[in-house]
Amino acid sequence: MNGWKKAGRGGKLRLVATLDPQEAAVLRGLVGEVRQMLAGRSADNPADELAVLTGMRTGPSSRPDDRVLARLLPDFTTEDADLAAGLRSLHEPELIEAKDAAAAAVLETLPESGGRVELTPEQADTWLAALNDVRLALGTALDVSEEMPEELPPDDPRGAHLGVYHWLTFVQDALVQARMQVR
Amino acid sequence: MEAMAAPLPAPTRQVEPDLAEDSTADVPWQAIVWNDPVNLMSYVSYVLQKLFGYPESKATALMLDVHHKGKAAVSSGDKDKIEADVAKLHAAGLWATMQRS
Repeated sequence: MNGWKKAGRGGKLRLVATLDPQEAAVLRGLVGEVRQMLAGRSADNPADELAVLTGMRTGPSSRPDDRVLARLLPDFTTEDADLAAGLRSLHEPELIEAKDAAAAAVLETLPESGGRVELTPEQADTWLAALNDVRLALGTALDVSEEMPEELPPDDPRGAHLGVYHWLTFVQDALVQARMQVR
Repeated sequence: MEAMAAPLPAPTRQVEPDLAEDSTADVPWQAIVWNDPVNLMSYVSYVLQKLFGYPESKATALMLDVHHKGKAAVSSGDKDKIEADVAKLHAAGLWATMQRS
């Protein structure tokens, strides 16, 4: 993977990158993990009969205990606990659906054994959101901070994962830059 | 963003508001974006341009406020609008909340 390039123009404009098999496997694996975490949250709150009949689902009103899920599904407000609970209940199902759809779109456009990825600008936006979710999940799990050095001491068990995190940062940032040039 | 479901509108109130009591109803709300160590500066600026149609200069200035001051108000309006804005910011992965301005 060495960045994203423009190909074609007009309606055929695409943002193109090539991922090697290992890169594709890592990214697909992480995207799959995020989907599983989100699915687990949904499974904790199955749709009741009324929701099935009316199509109006409500989600849980309390923040996830898991800190990674809590970062992916933040509170709507810090000022008013009742309002935060109500807004979470109202919006969380759609938020999970949007994140899952973005993750699924990455899996559909990223060949399992690696290779060429070609994205329309709209697909690039979806990839950006999904890449961001993966980085949020991994960054939260790794306790990434702004003061964190580029490389950890050799005995830090997070070292290998941090390498993956930095690679994802590169992939996302390169896609933002490419996407901003095709507006 | 195409793959992101638009948030459902909040239930509309059928009851006529009591104007004398409900004087806070018109107070505008703000969507606040908070600094966090994961979100890229380039991505935050791009999301603000995309979601709100801000020119790059305004989006970048807001992003820098988030980065240096810890937070910035990125949009304001009535409660329903800001609720929808925060939902979109969450779908993009930004750490956003709403508050009365």
